[in-house]
Parts: sequence; C-alpha cells; structure tokens
Amino acid sequence: MGDMVFYLFALMTVLSGFFVVFSKNIVHAGFSLMFTLFGVAGLFAMLGADFLAITQTMVYIGGVLVLVLFVVMMTRIPAQNLPKSSFNRKIPAGIFSVLIFAIVFKVIGGTEWNVLPVDAPEATISMIGQKLLTEFIFPFEYASIVLLLAMIGAAILIRERKIDDDEEVQS
Amino acid sequence: MEIITKLLTETFGLQLDNTGQLVAGGLTMALIMALVMATCAIVWTWAERKVAGFIQSRYGPMRVGKYHGALQPVADMVKILGKEDIIPDDADKPLFVLAPIIIFIASLLPWAAVPFAPGFIASDMDLGLFYIFAVSSGAIVGILMAGWASNNKWALYGAARGAAQMVSYEIPLALATIPVVMRTGSLNMNDIVIGQQGGIFHWNAFHDPFLFVAFMIYFISSIAEVNRGPFDMPETESELVAGYHTEYTGMRFALFFLSEYANLFLVSCIATAVFLGGWNLPVGNAVVLPGLVFLAKAVLLVLIQIWIRWTLPRLRVDQLMHVCWKVLIPLSLLCLLGSGILLMVSGEIAA
Repeated sequence: MGDMVFYLFALMTVLSGFFVVFSKNIVHAGFSLMFTLFGVAGLFAMLGADFLAITQTMVYIGGVLVLVLFVVMMTRIPAQNLPKSSFNRKIPAGIFSVLIFAIVFKVIGGTEWNVLPVDAPEATISMIGQKLLTEFIFPFEYASIVLLLAMIGAAILIRERKIDDDEEVQS
Repeated sequence: MEIITKLLTETFGLQLDNTGQLVAGGLTMALIMALVMATCAIVWTWAERKVAGFIQSRYGPMRVGKYHGALQPVADMVKILGKEDIIPDDADKPLFVLAPIIIFIASLLPWAAVPFAPGFIASDMDLGLFYIFAVSSGAIVGILMAGWASNNKWALYGAARGAAQMVSYEIPLALATIPVVMRTGSLNMNDIVIGQQGGIFHWNAFHDPFLFVAFMIYFISSIAEVNRGPFDMPETESELVAGYHTEYTGMRFALFFLSEYANLFLVSCIATAVFLGGWNLPVGNAVVLPGLVFLAKAVLLVLIQIWIRWTLPRLRVDQLMHVCWKVLIPLSLLCLLGSGILLMVSGEIAA
C-alpha cells in the first residue's frame, strides 16, 4: 500500500513534468507545473520530511508558481506564432539529454548511499528551528539579508522616476 | 482520525496495514469534511440572505419551507443542479473544467487540521497551522486558472486582482498568528487550543494587548483572504460582472460558491482555535460540550463577517493594497516584536 502511494506521487510528478516540457501551450505548461510541485511535496511527506513537504507547497505552489503564471499570462503568445524548432535542433538536444540522464543515472546507481533504518521521525520542525537559530545562524541571517536586498532592489527598479519627469518639464 | 480507523478495522473487519489505515481513514475523514463543507454552504447562504435582509429592513427569503424560508437553500441547490452546463466556445476547455475542482480541493484540504473538539481532528499534525496556510494557497492557482480559461476580460481582471489580493494578505494573516505560536511554543492546533485553558483572559486574543491587535489583524486579513466585502475586489459586480467565475454555470458555479462559504467558515474556525480559546469555556477549566462551544464561537465570527459585508462599502484596489502593505504588515511586525519582548520580560516562554 505504501509503495502504491509512492508510485502514485512519482507518476504524478513525472507525467506532469513531461507535460511541462512538451506542451506547446505555455500556459498549460505553467499550470501543469503545479502537479509536478505537488507530487514532489507528496514524495517529501512520504520520506517523513513533513516540514520540507509543507514548505515546498507554500513556497513553490503559493509563491513561485503564482509568479510564473502571472508572467506567462501577461506575455500571451498565440500558439501558431511560436518559432518552429527545426529537426536539426532536436537531434543534438536529444543526444545531450540522453547523455545527462546516463551520467545522473550512473552516479546515483554507483554511489553507496548511507541507508538508515526507518524509525518514524519525530516532529522535524522544532529540531529545524533550533538548528537554524544556533548552529546555522550565520547562513540563516545571511540568506535573509540577501532576500531583503533583492526586495529593495526590485522596489527601486519599479519606482516611478518622478525627479526625471520634473526635469524634462522644466527643460 | 484514530477513532475512524478503529471503527473501520474493528467494526467493519477491514484488514489494513499502516499505510492502508492512513489512506482509508483519511478518505473517510475527507468525506465527512466534504459533508461539513456542503452543510455550512447551505446554512450560510440562508443566514447571509436573512442577515442581509434584516440589515436592509426587509425579510429576506420567506416562502420556501415553513419557517422563514428555511428550505430556500435546498430549493436553490435543486435549481442549480438542473441548470445547463455551459462551456464557452473560446474557453480553454481542460483548464476551464479543472479550475473549480482545484479551488474546491484547496478549500477542503485545510479542514484536516481544524480541532473541533478534543480528539476530533482529522490529522493531529505538529505543523497544523503552517499546513493550513500552505494548502489554502493552492486556491490562488485555481483562481488564476479559472480567470484565464474563461477567455474573458472580466474574468481575467478578477483573477489577477484575486491572486494579487490573496498573495498580499497571506502575509499579515500568517504574521499575526506567529505571536500565538511563540506563546504556545507549538504549531500543533491541539496544543494551541489546550494552551488557552482557564478562562477568557487565557485566550490568546485577550491575553495581552499585542495579541489582541494580532487578532484584529488576523480578522481583517481573513476577510480579504476569502475575497468578501468590503474587500471583494475580485468580484465587484459594478465593474467586473462577477470576476473569475463570470462564465461558470450550474454545478461548476456551485463549486465556487461552496468553496467561498467553506473558506468563510474555515477562517472563522481557525480564528476560534488560535485566538478565541477553541473549545474552552470563558470561565473555569471544565470542558463542557466542546464541539458546541467551538461551533458557537465560529458561528459568531461568521455572523460578524456577514454583518461587516453588508454594512461597509467596497474599497478601491489601491486602497486595498495600501491597507495591506503599509498598515497591516508593519503593525503585525510590531506585534511580533512586542509580544516577543513581553514573553522575554515575563519569562513565560514555553519550553
């Protein structure tokens, strides 16, 4: 039964991932990304990483995906005007994809993973919180400062340049 | 949920392993919650029309059913089931069909972590509160999907407004609950309710001034989060016809409607559990009829939301964003700081 649930989530992730890549309609691809992200969250939850699963849903579906959809919906290209990718491009792309897949497959298959016995992990969140505020306080604060800078940068970029307009009017 | 799985395995003699128990119990619980949602949609449509009637000095529905139009929602439901299901020719059909389903699922999922009474919670998870905020954000994707698939200016505008509004108001909504999480020391909904035992001044909303302001911020943001008046910008009849569900008819429209009322009840239930002491009575430690006490508080909050909707005029979009980013978010950050200092000074930090 547990395996069945795993395969359900895996199938959902992989199938919708294929759809994201191969769909001609960019909006369909964007919406299908939701199922990919949700499937990954399901896999996290099955691994006992409850905090990771919920953060995945919150950040990726509630945040990143909504932004992606906004961008995709505002830049609406009619399907027939899409540049046709010629057959020439498909062959090298295919070869490289197969190569990358082979390398990743070889690395994952060849590595000796540290397999730990599954003893139902207790609440992960309190441990994550403690680690973040003790051992990993520097990366935690560093990340928040970087994000704050990004936010200020975005706000400056979209700000109306009132000073320039005034100068134009005067001259 | 333990009760349900016990019932399934012992009474009905089902042979299940651990995951099987989880799946079967979860499905049963989901069915119960879907029924709760449908029931609250029925009750709330009636209540909304009656309250709106009283506020506007009229009776509201009076004809169907013996007592004050009590069967009106049932009649409406039969009517809506009989309506023609129209999919516009130029609509994006797969997305058009999928959108109401996603919105419905997103409004069904959070119920898993609502503690109605001691032991009556679908999933007693440690991340309860966080989970509720995370899964309900899926509704934004559903709204964008509905607006885009309808291929209609009004629907698209409504969807863009709805998404912007919900993304913005999620922030003060979540920030306002963090002081409570700090005071309780847990995100588990059961623990949060149990931490408020012992009378009205132990309820989070009335515990100290910072938490009271946090409760007010939560309440205002929750009205915006469920897209109801005076924050019903995505649906403004006067400019957008009906917003993102303009093109929907029949059962598909009913799904939007159902989700809206279920969300209305959901935010009230969360406010009850997080700020108003859940099933605890205002006086004393005794637990008397916990489910009913919880429901009474949630119903009161819903009635206040209906009252606000029919009394206050609608805001403009820029005012809406101003309230969120320049008033509510700084205020909720101040609350966070204030209650943090208070916890440190009083030494009340939960272990």
